[in-house]
Amino acid sequence: MSIKTTETETDFNVELPDERGHFGIFGGRFVSETLTAALDELQETYEKLREDPEFQAQFDSDLAHYVGRPSPLYLAERLTEDCGGAQIYLKREDLNHTGAHKINNTIGQALLAKFMGKKKIIAETGAGQHGVASATVAARFGLECKVFMGSTDIERQKLNVYRMKLLGAEVVSVESGTKTLKDAMNEAMRHWVTHVDDTFYIIGTAAGPHPYPMLVRDFQSVIGRETIRQCDAQIGRQPDAVVACVGGGSNAIGMFHPYIKHTDVAMYGVEAGGLGLHGDDHAAPLSKGKPGVLHGNRTYLMEDENGQIMGTHSISAGLDYPGVGPEHSWLKDVKRAQYVAATDDEAMDAFHKLTRLEGIMPALESSHAVAYAMKLAATMDKDQVIVVNLSGRGDKDIHTVAQLDGVTA
Amino acid sequence: MSRIKTTFEALKAQGKKALIPYITGGDPLKEATVPMMHALVDAGSDIIELGVPFSDPMADGPTIQLACERALEHGTSLRDVLAMVKEFRTTNTETPVVLMGYLNPVEAMGYQTFVDRAVEAGVDGVLMVDLPPEEACDVDSIFKDAGLDVVYLIAPTTTDKRIESIGKSGSGYVYYVSLKGVTGSKALDVDDVARNLERIRAHVTIPVGVGFGIQDGATAAKVAAISDGVIVGSALVNRIAANATNPKQAQAEVSDIIRSMRTAMDA
Ligand SMILES: Cc1ncc(COP(=O)(O)O)c(C=O)c1O
Repeated sequence: MSIKTTETETDFNVELPDERGHFGIFGGRFVSETLTAALDELQETYEKLREDPEFQAQFDSDLAHYVGRPSPLYLAERLTEDCGGAQIYLKREDLNHTGAHKINNTIGQALLAKFMGKKKIIAETGAGQHGVASATVAARFGLECKVFMGSTDIERQKLNVYRMKLLGAEVVSVESGTKTLKDAMNEAMRHWVTHVDDTFYIIGTAAGPHPYPMLVRDFQSVIGRETIRQCDAQIGRQPDAVVACVGGGSNAIGMFHPYIKHTDVAMYGVEAGGLGLHGDDHAAPLSKGKPGVLHGNRTYLMEDENGQIMGTHSISAGLDYPGVGPEHSWLKDVKRAQYVAATDDEAMDAFHKLTRLEGIMPALESSHAVAYAMKLAATMDKDQVIVVNLSGRGDKDIHTVAQLDGVTA
Repeated sequence: MSRIKTTFEALKAQGKKALIPYITGGDPLKEATVPMMHALVDAGSDIIELGVPFSDPMADGPTIQLACERALEHGTSLRDVLAMVKEFRTTNTETPVVLMGYLNPVEAMGYQTFVDRAVEAGVDGVLMVDLPPEEACDVDSIFKDAGLDVVYLIAPTTTDKRIESIGKSGSGYVYYVSLKGVTGSKALDVDDVARNLERIRAHVTIPVGVGFGIQDGATAAKVAAISDGVIVGSALVNRIAANATNPKQAQAEVSDIIRSMRTAMDA
């Protein structure tokens, strides 16, 4: 059996994935036969458009004028002072239209749908951020949009459900399994199999069957490319470390991918530590899981000894996923990136700290990245630099934070 | 020769087509499965597809999703399903059993361990819904070297070129998914199936079974007339669900469906 971890020296200049979507042993396309033709079509279209100046120009133009890019790179001086170590810069994805990095990807995929002549889009969502970003581009491009969402998440993210409805999307409640993000993804796949001729599935993170992990990464890589340019212009050099939270891994891979070749920049992916990594109440497959196959790709998963996927726990619905994009699994195994965790409590502390010290209210997902960066900064010198990908803003989480703090908002 | 091949050849000699029921192992209780398998055979089944429950059955409709949930509620594992086959084999050494499910439980057990245990239990073939031939290339030989048939799916969307390569990789039979959808979908379109079977037959020499959307004797007969086998799942699992607290009644109702299909197919 050739499913074995790479042991030889890795060449970080080689472009991955390979033509069948593999990042080392990870990735690939593990789907039922009906979807193969649709994925082939998507891959072919994308490979053509990837090199197409007209497509790229339209993507760049939408990122500039609709999303509001480039997003600023901001030196968080008071947070830096408070940690007493490395300088902490924030890559402000929270300032994007709709309030998170998710829109970079939905713009890209909606353009693909348009070029492929598909009039209907579907999406899965956990926190509702990707659902909102999908409903937004559906409105912008005049597409019909259905969003699949676990009934548990619908209950805890009411505001985003209403936002999607206002934008004209239909929110489909998913009652199967754990009634959260993974089940929403199962249901979206089932819907896609049934309506594969006229429907485009906009996957919300850098996971799923090939070519999704690749194309989501490419669309999100604008984050890392801008950061490289901004670091040159503002600091005159590249940072010592970049830090991002990891749910399915799209904001993190967007930051990491352009930095893979810059081997002197350390990369830290921060998973949801939930109640702590000692038990099962977390969502940290890279820290505590093992390789397996789910949602069309081979990757690290949280599963029991019989290969059944486990329920996850995190205060942030956007990190509440038992798998992770395959490129992260590869980066972990070749040791190019390190994966760590921040607990619910650490994320909450970071949320409050950034809010009070900088007047920036981060999403609870992003708060995990801030929490680890604060710890890391304290161990580094004052002339060193950390860039944190601040993937989203916290407006959607205010209700959750109020509840956790025992306040009735 | 594999039990699956022997079965198809014997049926052919009698001018009959294979009737292939699917049930989920451990649904609704672990103890219910082996008696149900025997009941299926007694009512006229030729091959049994035994489902390995999985937490995330992406290709299945609500009926089989719920069957998986019932089976997992009391922890039915791949190991348990293998034990069921072993028990079934103590009194039935003729009816082929194909394990059907998703890849991850097998991956978690380890391919070689799984194959050794499956052969020891008396399993004849495997059908992993989320393992297309391209991804199977590393493991396909582990299955086949041990004498296990590897059943692949062909869908209405499968191109001629892929049909050809699936025809070469598959063994035992290929499973034609009659419609674009999940298990438990509404009725299939027999004319459409006939057209696609013609396309498949041009490239595939092993038997072709047809599944998805077959719920009654009349449809089973029409599909049998144009294929080598009829696969029925959700129609049976619905009866098991409706009689979850009464296994005898479930067996009786499932047997009725199988008998009516058998009669219609053989008429
Ligand atoms: C603000 C924010 N950050 C991060 C994530 C996690 O997703 P990913 O790991 O794909 O970036 C989400 C998901 O909903 C999110 O809304």
